[in-house]
Amino acid sequence: MRRFGAALAPGALIAALLIAWEAACRALAIPTYRLPPPSAVAAALAGNAPLLVASAWNTFSMAMVALALASAVACVVAMGVALSRSLERAVRPLAVALQVTPVVALAPLIQIWAGIDHPRAAVVALTGVVAFFPIYSGAVSGLAAADPDLERLFDLYGASPLQRLFKLRIPSAVPFLLEGHKVAVGLALVGAVVAEFAAGSGGSQGLAWRILEAGNRLQTAKMIAALVVLAVMGGALHAAFSVLEARALARWRGR
Amino acid sequence: MIAALEGVCVDYGGRRALGPFDFQLAAGEIVALVGPSGCGKSTALRLLAGLEAPGAGTVRRAAGRGETAVVFQAPTLCPWRGAAANVALPLELAGTPARERGARAVAALAHVGLAGAERAKPAQLSGGMAMRVALARALVTSPKALLLDEPFAALDEITRRALADDVLALWAQRAPGIVFVTHNVEEAVYMAGRVVVMTPGPGRLAGEIAIAGPAPRPPGFRTSAGFRAAAEQVSDLLARAMARGA
Repeated sequence: MRRFGAALAPGALIAALLIAWEAACRALAIPTYRLPPPSAVAAALAGNAPLLVASAWNTFSMAMVALALASAVACVVAMGVALSRSLERAVRPLAVALQVTPVVALAPLIQIWAGIDHPRAAVVALTGVVAFFPIYSGAVSGLAAADPDLERLFDLYGASPLQRLFKLRIPSAVPFLLEGHKVAVGLALVGAVVAEFAAGSGGSQGLAWRILEAGNRLQTAKMIAALVVLAVMGGALHAAFSVLEARALARWRGR
Repeated sequence: MIAALEGVCVDYGGRRALGPFDFQLAAGEIVALVGPSGCGKSTALRLLAGLEAPGAGTVRRAAGRGETAVVFQAPTLCPWRGAAANVALPLELAGTPARERGARAVAALAHVGLAGAERAKPAQLSGGMAMRVALARALVTSPKALLLDEPFAALDEITRRALADDVLALWAQRAPGIVFVTHNVEEAVYMAGRVVVMTPGPGRLAGEIAIAGPAPRPPGFRTSAGFRAAAEQVSDLLARAMARGA
């Protein structure tokens, strides 16, 4: 019964807020272009469902492509850094500079490089920059986190640098890599939206574009509908990666 | 002689941790290194294993690559590998073919009483079982020298006594030279044919006591007069070394 209540509580809160919102809109006669009632948002959701789903898919696919690219680059660089200490020193300031530079500021530059005809490429590149850092820093700390006594054991049996990397460092880094990817997924979605605001155009056709477009036409209900889709997608993505991380970790350590 | 330290000194951050210190391990003998914490006994063990180089003095090692095995205070297993894969690791690093190393790992596990646990991950093993896996991993290469760095310190009394007997039984079959670091006097006297007592840091030789008696130890050895007397002797030596150091 208590578990049932725990599952019900968030739903009850959302329902109460929606009812209060709807009632306030009607009682105060707020114009719908300023604040549409939930019923109007629901209508906008239903009416634009195919377009919103297609836009969500575009945002999702751009974020996932960027995540895959960021993951590949981050893991390769981290492995190189794990093999050579001087390489690590050389890369560190660059990685930090990349992390602290606001993506929005990179947008015009990347737009020039990608070309005005390739807004998707620009969005993917910017999103990749955002997703790179959590994966890279997870990989670097994970690759350095092997048990020092296990390192000694590898010394004792004369392991080669490659044996050490593949049989000790990379397996030891797995929990850190999983955590880094989980953080990066959330950031990639945020990055994809910000990047589309900054560098997208009608050609990218993601949810951020839907929000801009509806905003310019004062279709406020449609803006909020796009936001709802974005929130649902973010929540689903986070939940999916949390389950994936827990499963992979359980498999890694055997329970 | 399997391994020897001749006048070795080790400094950490400008402070002398060990030495000058002399030590010899003959083939097939069991030596316990006893001393207070921080006396450099683990450092001496790492020198014997070749994991560290001395600041001064010479380390002689007759054992080649893979012929020296170390068991650390913690089991130090790879959490992502099953028990048999952990035991096979030294063979894997030496390039032994997969089929042979699998068979040898299973045999080594059976030797320490863990037949049937081949696929268990370290998180699924008890502390004593994990230590047995570490022991099997150390023995899988049939080493000439087995170096044990307080291997039972984290275990409960019953488990540590059982494991002490297991180590002696394994020694009786293959007779590697064993160096056993501990701060537990009774454990040292029970395990070793020779107990080397060290002074508090910097670690030096405080004295050496030969322990008479059959090995492996017969039941009730801990209550025998010889065992009690030897334990008293080692305790005395340790107490005098500590008093001088303080």
